[in-house]
Amino acid sequence: MRHIISVLMENEPGALSRVVGLFSQRNYNIDSLTVAPTEDHSLSRLTLTTSGDDARIEQITKHLNKIVDVVKLVDLTEGAHIERELMLIKVKAIGAQRAEVKRTADIFRGQIVDLTSNVFTIQLTGTGDKLDAFITALGDNVVLEVARTGVSGISRGEKVLAL
Amino acid sequence: MEQLSGGEALIRALHDEGVDIIFGYPGGAVLHIYDAIFHQDKVEHILVRHEQAATHAADGYARSTGKAGVVLVTSGPGATNALTGIATAYMDSIPMVVISGQVESRLIGSDGFQETDMVGVSRPIVKHSFMVQRAADIPLIVKKAFHIATTGRPGPVVIDVPKDITDPKIKFPYEYPAEIKLRSYAVPGKGHSGQIKKAVDALLSAKRPMIYAGGGVIQGNAAEILTRLTRKLGFPITNTLMGLGAYPASDQQFLGMLGMHGTYEANMAMHYCDVLLGIGVRFDDRVTNSDISKFCPDATILHVDIDPASISKTVAADVPIVGDVVPVLEEMLDQVSKSRSKVDKESLEVWWKQIAQWREKDSLAVTPSEDGTIKPQQVVQAVFEITKGDAFVSSDVGQHQMFAAQYYGFDKPRRWLNSGGLGTMGFGFPAAMGAQFAHPDAVCVCITGEGSIQMNQQELATCMQYQLPIKIVCLNNQALGMVKQWQDMQYGGRHSHSTYAESLPDFTKLVEAYGHVGFKIEKFADLHDKLEQAFALKDKLVFVDVMVDPDEHVYPMAIKGGAMKDMVLSKSERT
Repeated sequence: MRHIISVLMENEPGALSRVVGLFSQRNYNIDSLTVAPTEDHSLSRLTLTTSGDDARIEQITKHLNKIVDVVKLVDLTEGAHIERELMLIKVKAIGAQRAEVKRTADIFRGQIVDLTSNVFTIQLTGTGDKLDAFITALGDNVVLEVARTGVSGISRGEKVLAL
Repeated sequence: MEQLSGGEALIRALHDEGVDIIFGYPGGAVLHIYDAIFHQDKVEHILVRHEQAATHAADGYARSTGKAGVVLVTSGPGATNALTGIATAYMDSIPMVVISGQVESRLIGSDGFQETDMVGVSRPIVKHSFMVQRAADIPLIVKKAFHIATTGRPGPVVIDVPKDITDPKIKFPYEYPAEIKLRSYAVPGKGHSGQIKKAVDALLSAKRPMIYAGGGVIQGNAAEILTRLTRKLGFPITNTLMGLGAYPASDQQFLGMLGMHGTYEANMAMHYCDVLLGIGVRFDDRVTNSDISKFCPDATILHVDIDPASISKTVAADVPIVGDVVPVLEEMLDQVSKSRSKVDKESLEVWWKQIAQWREKDSLAVTPSEDGTIKPQQVVQAVFEITKGDAFVSSDVGQHQMFAAQYYGFDKPRRWLNSGGLGTMGFGFPAAMGAQFAHPDAVCVCITGEGSIQMNQQELATCMQYQLPIKIVCLNNQALGMVKQWQDMQYGGRHSHSTYAESLPDFTKLVEAYGHVGFKIEKFADLHDKLEQAFALKDKLVFVDVMVDPDEHVYPMAIKGGAMKDMVLSKSERT
């Protein structure tokens, strides 16, 4: 099963490599990874998606917790949560294609953030599934370049991941 | 406040942390630190002959005392040479602080002379690491490093120090922090009382109980409380290779070591038990054998460990207890004493009768040779007798290690020093040095083989410099014995690159060249007397080269892919 794990860690050099290293060292997979400082600049928040059975996920969270730089973590998929990913996608847009691509982007609530006479650059936010669906809807022969941020997430309701 | 340079602060911080001895080897990046060492007499520095030996010596010091071992090496090759010793300590959860020099901050990343990304290359084999960015951070970093290395599940911590940080011209006000609190690092304390109660209930209703205690009992200084609890319960107990000495080997309730080369009775009792209490163990593959589904099929598994990640890692625990082993076992003993239900004595009696039958197999019986060839087991037995079972014994890795574990009965913790997890050849001799520095008046023996000893024999020079009277007992079978045994058993006797009889050095001459004493023993008739003579030379390092039966195998031996009850018992007998 797919899990989204959010980690609060010390904003120190080497902290990220310890987290990433753990995954390769213990043969766990990372599907996506995103990291940035939080409102408290001594802390970074790292969100990763991984998959595995319950025993494997338990080991992953235990080993993450053992890393000295890791202050706190939560498996967001254990409860109700919101997940978002941002994608910037460059697509071919020539002649009649331009209107078609624009319509598709509108349906997915994407925004055209840059354009030339041949190319649209579209920004799209949503779950990973939605971004995948948009790429499929556009079709392979249109897509020129994809930049995705990886999944970020937060719990629903009043539950917070903070010190 | 006193003004110190980074180099001076580093050594002062070690002293303030209670360190009186460090093992190291100088080089360019640490010259400022070595100059600071020169100007003081509080922290003694031991000059080894190879950085790997520095880490093993610090490790032997740590294992035999419980204090953190401290290492100082230079950048680049100094740091990379230390890696094997760091990995060895990491696998066995040994507290160690390794200070490595680094090129000047401005050169980092430029592929400077003797530059290695030490924090990077050591990352998977350390509990934590630091790169010092400012000299003024040194006291706090040293404090943190020792706190992390020695608490919780212990382990090695690296402090990487760029050369400019230790510049004697740049001084800062020095103050050593009295206490440290890390928001991201919590040490488990006492266990959860409800979980302990569940475990006690399971223990008191057990019909075929078994206690399986490992290195965590030794690291957690819990041998005494473990012994009290085990005696109170009257249950059989086994120790892992790392746990030898956690429970007295001479006690009736002790079934010997378990696992790949464990005794018949220990492995059988493991397989057939109905409640298994694992304490400070990690269900290592050398214990469980390769197929986990066949491990202790009928047992309710109770697992006590300070590291939550150790619990249910390989074998799912029915009752997990995370905590420091001493308070957990104290509470367990207290609950057992106060509980209204009592141990099922009748079932226990039946269980002990069964165990007595298994014991009759006498799986460690040694058959003397007819022609006077020395059996390796006989050497360990003789060392045990001569040292009255009270020596600090280190070993390397291979057949001699298993023979030492099987035939030297350890009654006390911290007496058996061996690389159980990583299995590092070359560990034994420098580890014995560390133990001898920590216990100058004790008998320190390194039981080794002619293969392993050659992996760190340069330390013969260190032993001369510091007059260390270590006794090296080399079980010389003229081959890489354990490799050869596997080749005998699994590769049709094809000894691919495991023999070298024609090129072995004359070890007695070799050690004499370093100024030590060498004995060679070739016949069983001479074994006891000559070993006694060697141990009688109390002020000398003596290398005893014992020519042993080259065809001997270590038994019992687990059958690959089987359960714990599946063992090869001799060249002609299997379970």
